[in-house]
Amino acid sequence: MQFRLEKRPQPSRLMLYAAPVLAVLLTMVAGAVLFSALGYNGIGAVLEIFTKPLTNPLKWQDLGVKAAPLIIIAVGLSIAYRANVWNIGAEGQYVAGALGGTAVALLTMKMQGPWILPVMILCGILAGMALAAIPAFLKTQLDVNEILTTLMLNYAVVQLLYFLLRTSWKDPMGFSFPKTPLFTASQSLPFLWPGTIMHWGVPTAIVVALVAWFVMSRSVFGFQVRVVGSAPNAARYGGFSAKRTVWLALLVSGGLAGLAGVLEAAGPFRQLVPAFPTGYGFTAIIVAFLGRLSPLGCVIAGLVLAISYVGGEVAQTTLGLPSAATGIFQGMLLFFLLAGDVFVRYRLKAVSTRPAGEAA
Amino acid sequence: MDAELPFRLELAGITKRFPGVVANDDVGFAVRPGEIHALLGENGAGKSTLVKMIYGILQPDAGTITWNGHPVVVPNPKAARKLGIGMVFQHFSLFEALTVLENIALGLDAKVPARELESRIRAIMQQYGLMLDPHRIVSTLSVGERQRIEIVRALLLEPQLLIMDEPTSVLTPQEVDQLFVVLRQLAQEGCSILYISHKLHEIKALCDTATILRGGKVVDTCDPKVETSRSMAEKMIGAGLKDIVKGKNRTFGAPRFSVKHLSLKSDAQFGVSLEDIGFEVRAGEIFGIAGVAGNGQNELLLALDGEVPVGRDAIVMDTTAVGELHPSERRKLGLCAVPEERHGHAAVSDFTLSDNTVLTARDRLRMVTGGLIKAGAAKTYTGEVITTFAVKALGPSATAGSLSGGNLQKYIMGREILQKPSVLVVSQPTWGVDAGAAAAIHQAIVDLAAQGSAVVVISQDLDELLALCDTLAVINSGRLSQKMVVGEVSIEEIGLLMGGVHGTAEETHIAPGAAHAVPA
Repeated sequence: MQFRLEKRPQPSRLMLYAAPVLAVLLTMVAGAVLFSALGYNGIGAVLEIFTKPLTNPLKWQDLGVKAAPLIIIAVGLSIAYRANVWNIGAEGQYVAGALGGTAVALLTMKMQGPWILPVMILCGILAGMALAAIPAFLKTQLDVNEILTTLMLNYAVVQLLYFLLRTSWKDPMGFSFPKTPLFTASQSLPFLWPGTIMHWGVPTAIVVALVAWFVMSRSVFGFQVRVVGSAPNAARYGGFSAKRTVWLALLVSGGLAGLAGVLEAAGPFRQLVPAFPTGYGFTAIIVAFLGRLSPLGCVIAGLVLAISYVGGEVAQTTLGLPSAATGIFQGMLLFFLLAGDVFVRYRLKAVSTRPAGEAA
Repeated sequence: MDAELPFRLELAGITKRFPGVVANDDVGFAVRPGEIHALLGENGAGKSTLVKMIYGILQPDAGTITWNGHPVVVPNPKAARKLGIGMVFQHFSLFEALTVLENIALGLDAKVPARELESRIRAIMQQYGLMLDPHRIVSTLSVGERQRIEIVRALLLEPQLLIMDEPTSVLTPQEVDQLFVVLRQLAQEGCSILYISHKLHEIKALCDTATILRGGKVVDTCDPKVETSRSMAEKMIGAGLKDIVKGKNRTFGAPRFSVKHLSLKSDAQFGVSLEDIGFEVRAGEIFGIAGVAGNGQNELLLALDGEVPVGRDAIVMDTTAVGELHPSERRKLGLCAVPEERHGHAAVSDFTLSDNTVLTARDRLRMVTGGLIKAGAAKTYTGEVITTFAVKALGPSATAGSLSGGNLQKYIMGREILQKPSVLVVSQPTWGVDAGAAAAIHQAIVDLAAQGSAVVVISQDLDELLALCDTLAVINSGRLSQKMVVGEVSIEEIGLLMGGVHGTAEETHIAPGAAHAVPA
């Protein structure tokens, strides 16, 4: 008895939604096995990582704060990926957003007023878009692969951040540490409720996902993105320009990553430090795929990945798991998800061992 | 024919099921040595599945194949070739950048030294009058010449049975005649031929016996020389044939769609450049563009529907120059088009029919307000298309990919025609569509023209154009011939134009045993 992958006549809708669930379950099983083999309490580690953040109400705020940037970035990426535009540069666009917002903050240190934060946010979005415009230009004018350009720009922007923190943006009162001054009250994202760490970025993420869902499912723009992504020839026949779609996809995903960056800088960080880039822009790629490239799916997937972050921290203190554990779980999750996605279009078929499969 | 010999090939009770369909149901027939046996049926009747089982590409679920009196199992095509079964496919598998000789050598199971192979190829070409220079690069050859490569490749194995799958669908009438001479000679030498087609006059001209398939079953085995084309067609579709009803004394109005000096350089490696194309279609006129595939039809359609913009004045609708306009802008002015490829071009397979309606009808039928799509309007219109054109689908929310080829084509044609375009450009309107659906599509085109629209039909099927069109022209190597009136022009004349440059180049260029062309 042998097995062979056979193309399904129609992509399976069941597998489309079962694959992310299976991926999460398989990640838990494989994680338990892996950490047991490494001499830890594997099952305990998995329970700690995946259930503690849910059962302990004190951790719910952490979940929201971690999930918000992931969701905002992933929603943008899901739109770009739908259009077959592979923006791998969300991390850089996220940092660019923070840089844009911080530039405004540094110029308004002595000022006050409710207008400062909105201007910072606007500049953050524009900075993310501006960075994404570079690969858009190269792709549409010179046909340069956007995967390479977006990816490489990540490193350029992070170096720019380090440069600014060590030179003109360094806090003069900061004992020579490479960091900006703390933002003033007018420059910081207020908390939802006093005494919590839940800031306005969290409801913003939900609103962004809802708006994106509405736009993608009801508007001509969403239709255009979907057609260009699934059938470029049909899109051209239907009167949609591929170049315009590349621009829109990169600007929207870059702008949303920029928004996440400026919210993070004005919220939890309240300043820029070298540790600001935490990999949200890369993790959001996993979120987008786990959420089936649907804005509402990204909300759920963003929470799942937030659980792995928060749970990973819990497991570090309670079980002494290395901090790399979080990355391992996230990597396994993407691996199982991509493997499971094969079965959306294919199925396993048992074939007899008679040499019948030779015909091409 | 020698009646003492066992049948070359005998099939009995052959059954093949695919998920959801029985492709072949208890099929049986026999082919004598030296017989030209037609396998006749509509698209989807199960002809291809059947020959794939004979050639070992598929395995039957039940039934027996008897070869020269011995029951056999054909596990794969290599085994079929070993038995002496050769096949020439409808779609050639040739490397464009290699020579004829290299292509033939690549397709052989055994390794043969190039020098020996060349002399064997030349011998076969001489014997059957298949003129071809072994050192020509395939990309420079016409479709008819490419088919000869496939035939030579099959004949090198000295087959006892040659399967030809729709061999004439890409040939000019003259090339068809040449092919028939070769096939008759082969049959005389004792090689049986299984000839798959749905073109009845060819089968009457060539074949000794015809087995007619419908819905996977054999409905009749008959002598095509005795039957009429009509009687065979009715057996094939299982119903009476409908003729196209055209109004009498058709008169044409003012020119609605003019193309002047349309030239377009192709940037694809093996694409065809359009050169100085010009024609004029009047209101109410159906204008056909005949030609062998790959002579610039695709490029022309893309230029006409706006997917590739051209010079402003190259295309004029009524009095508006539209050459620089994009597809959406042309549609707003009343130009609708249907490209040849249904999946991924005329329709998005994994979208619903409603969404596919939005793809082309959103502006003309006002399905968009303030950037938002009115899903209800799209659904209503899609339902209208489904009922008017008798599309077999679960409803507007069925995906385009779930429809059969014929039904999807009916939907696409309906989607464009019900938008009441003033100009309709269609490519291969009935390609791969069954006779019933084809008749419905033809009638819809005629009715649209009767309402005063100008219609351009691009097709490789000359019979279709002659039945449907008022006027026609022939495209060859990106150039369009003068416009001719159907009924006043002979098939031979059209055929010569279809062969065009290739025909003459062949005579001057290649003669058997001629000095080698310089290999690239």
